[in-house]
Amino acid sequence: MTAASPIRIWDIPGGIHPAENKQQSTRHGIETVPLPGTLILPLQQHLGARAEPSVQIGERVLKGQLIAEASGMISCPLHAPTSGTVTAIGPAPYPHASGLEEWAITLEVDGQDEWIELAPIGKYHELEAATLLEVIRQAGISGLGGAGFPTSVKLKARPEQKIHTLIINGTECEPYITADDSAMRYRAEQIVAGIEILQHILHPEQVLIGIEDNKPEAISAMRAAVGDRSSLQVVVFPTKYPSGGEKQLIQILTGKEVPSGGLPADIGMVCQNIGTLLAIHDAVLLGQPLIKRITTLTGDALSHPTNVEALIGTPISHLLEFAGLQPERLYRLVMGGPMMGFTLQSTAAPIIKTTNCLLAGTRDELPPPPPAQPCIRCGLCAEACPAELLPQQLHFFAMGKDYEQLKRQNLFDCIECGACSYVCPSSIPLVQYYRAAKSDIRALDLQQHKADHSKQRFEHRQERLQREAEQKERDRQARAEKAARLKAAKEAEAAKPSAAPTGDSSAEPDVARLQAQKPSGLSPEQKQLKIAAATAQMALKKANKQLATNPDNTDLQAQIPELEQAARAAQEAFDRAQGEVATQPAAEPAAGADDAKKLKIEAAMLRANLRKAERAAGDNPSEEQQAEIAKLREEAKEADARVPAAPAVKPPVDENLKKAKLDLAMARAAVKKTERELANSPDDEALQAQLTTQQESFKAAESALHEAENNSPIPPPERQKVDKKPVDENLRELKTNLATSKADFKRAERELQAAKDAETDTAPAQEQLTATRAKLDAAAKAFADYMASKETD
Amino acid sequence: MSMILTAIVVLLGLALIFGAILGYAAIRFKVEGDPIVDQINELLPQTQCGQCGHPGCKPYAEGIANGEPINKCPPGGESTIQALADLLDVEVLPLDAEHGEEKPKMVAYIREAECIGCTKCIQACPVDAILGAAKQMHTVIVDECTGCDLCVEPCPVDCIDMLPLPTTPQNWKWDFPLPGAAVIATDAQRGAA
Repeated sequence: MTAASPIRIWDIPGGIHPAENKQQSTRHGIETVPLPGTLILPLQQHLGARAEPSVQIGERVLKGQLIAEASGMISCPLHAPTSGTVTAIGPAPYPHASGLEEWAITLEVDGQDEWIELAPIGKYHELEAATLLEVIRQAGISGLGGAGFPTSVKLKARPEQKIHTLIINGTECEPYITADDSAMRYRAEQIVAGIEILQHILHPEQVLIGIEDNKPEAISAMRAAVGDRSSLQVVVFPTKYPSGGEKQLIQILTGKEVPSGGLPADIGMVCQNIGTLLAIHDAVLLGQPLIKRITTLTGDALSHPTNVEALIGTPISHLLEFAGLQPERLYRLVMGGPMMGFTLQSTAAPIIKTTNCLLAGTRDELPPPPPAQPCIRCGLCAEACPAELLPQQLHFFAMGKDYEQLKRQNLFDCIECGACSYVCPSSIPLVQYYRAAKSDIRALDLQQHKADHSKQRFEHRQERLQREAEQKERDRQARAEKAARLKAAKEAEAAKPSAAPTGDSSAEPDVARLQAQKPSGLSPEQKQLKIAAATAQMALKKANKQLATNPDNTDLQAQIPELEQAARAAQEAFDRAQGEVATQPAAEPAAGADDAKKLKIEAAMLRANLRKAERAAGDNPSEEQQAEIAKLREEAKEADARVPAAPAVKPPVDENLKKAKLDLAMARAAVKKTERELANSPDDEALQAQLTTQQESFKAAESALHEAENNSPIPPPERQKVDKKPVDENLRELKTNLATSKADFKRAERELQAAKDAETDTAPAQEQLTATRAKLDAAAKAFADYMASKETD
Repeated sequence: MSMILTAIVVLLGLALIFGAILGYAAIRFKVEGDPIVDQINELLPQTQCGQCGHPGCKPYAEGIANGEPINKCPPGGESTIQALADLLDVEVLPLDAEHGEEKPKMVAYIREAECIGCTKCIQACPVDAILGAAKQMHTVIVDECTGCDLCVEPCPVDCIDMLPLPTTPQNWKWDFPLPGAAVIATDAQRGAA
């Protein structure tokens, strides 16, 4: 690389040449300021969302420790610049043109300057760009040039746009400021290391380091540091204000213009400030977050103007004291340069990440602006404007607050460089008009945005209220309907004659009966039958399961055949109904099936009662019991006789099958019964003989059924398809309750019987029987109520 | 003769073609709804405060579209009246004092220690900017509050204040410079000396 730059340079329109005043502050190199007593760390030192404090008042923090976290995408974390104790979190003096306070963390410095453990990254070449960007983000780096845009966000602003040119801004065109100049003179190696980190992240085709020709020491230092790296080029160009503006520098170095309202990334470029590069170097290679910066202290009111490396948060008064402030000479204190800086109202405010200069000017240096006179339309401002705007027009529209026109005249492309005000022969504070107009327009936009937002919220609320009202109305109607249905159901219940069989066991509610009854009054016939069959089957299975776990329970053993019977009856009813539908689809509205089912159930119930009576009677039935049994048997026979009559409408084949099934069921029941009897009296030969014949007839019935099944043209019922309803917890509990109550009752009954047999005092047994019966009744009622309520649901 | 006929036929043909295009456009690009109401609604400040006598900004926008005066919106103030006058091409009227005066932007603030958690203000808030539950302390989401005042009246313990929105460095605005002719150059020098 030769001393002469091979790169062509362009010129920007406009621009001015104010007195530079840079030599005052470059005589002492970069000095270090002694630690101040307190640091004020505003939570808003960058563009974007305010950081969120992550420390408590009274907490001791170490140098470099995170004290406030980024609160969003465009935000920056904050770190303790030295060790000390957090003494306050709240509004504190803030360097701002308004002089208003801003939330800040106040740190009482303990003087030990104790570092937190650092994690420097030596071999950053091995890391991914995203990891390095995260390191930069976590180090709290925002642009140190002035605007303070978070650097990590800027570096990945346009993921779809390849960055081909990285521009390093060493221009520092504003008078008085020499912070970047000093950095380049004394920290050139670190700056180049920072550039290499950015090269690794962005992989640009070229890197241009732009420096104005009024900084010969910086230029030579940078050239020496760059050495023979062919990818870096130091470009020197003539001094002119404001060539240090991002868009202006891009134009000077590449001849390309950033589109209005756009970003450099839109044309594949990224511009970084010298101070930012130093911060990146510290963050990656030293592991240090951004806690200090180089700031110029200058102005005639200072006896020792210099550049200092100061901790962020150092109060301005402390820095001015270090630089030998002569308070009687101070007329105006400006943060930033004389062209773009703003006047500070108090020296209590701290320096922040974007503070590149403090200018303590005397009255001669920064005289009060002469009063503005009317515009004479000379056009000098338009010639000076680096953004090629029409400052006069903007001025008049701003005076008339014609915001639409201002937007049309591209007010927002104004970089507020102050060149127009500088050249104005009428001393019109043009930039102040533009700033005021810009903040008004921003406020109006914000207001409009808020109005839209409020409108949306209001509309959503209206919608919600309407929805709620409608839902309420629907609920009310549903409740009214339900109440009416419940009432009707109760009336129907009351009108229905009690169908419960009488006798010894009449008070004993039968699960199977309840289950069989449940679907009888309901609408879609088949579904009901299916449910009935399924529930009966369930009851049977459950009893079987219980028996398996508790084989000695005679009650259960007795219950099973009953349940089997009921299950079979229900299943048959269902099969029949299905067969009917299969043969006569939808033609017969199942009235016959309904009747037949009822009859069937009745018969089954009678048979069950009969068996119960028989069992209750035991081996030595009393006369009364015998009469009862005979009566029941008669009734059962009658019912059985009625049953086949009802489904006579059905096709004969189906009938055969059903008959065979019935026969089989009856035969099986008979066998079981005899077996039980035999178990009670194993020596009874007559019973044994009976059993043998019954077993034979059972087998015959079985084979008959098989034959009938084979002959039947109707496909076997698809039992797999039966929808199993999810088990209702309440129902299960009620059922269990009912079953245990029943068992208790039966036990009480047996005990009473035993007491009677033993001819002892039957009173306690009697009492227990009454108690268990009451309990059983209650359980049965609860169950029935529940079923009724389910029906109405 | 044939020339006249040709001319008539050509003109008739053109008339038919353009008629067809216009007819198609009338159907294809038909404007739904009443755009003027939406335009007026856009200009209103959307505080939903009801000071105009309507239950929200949209109903007032409909009212204005039906000929109501444009000066009933105190939160919008002069600038809204001006914008409405420009849009509707009517006379600018001074704000009707009957509906209230133009005030700086306010925001509701609940003195939380005094709040009894009655939820009445929550029900009154038109933009759901109050957070709380029955017998729990309530608070205002400042960013969502439109400063409409509607929550103040229902509060049974009067613990809601309307405070002007504080100026922060974020919402602070640069002042316009004084008009140039306000100070005479020689006076300024004398004043400074």
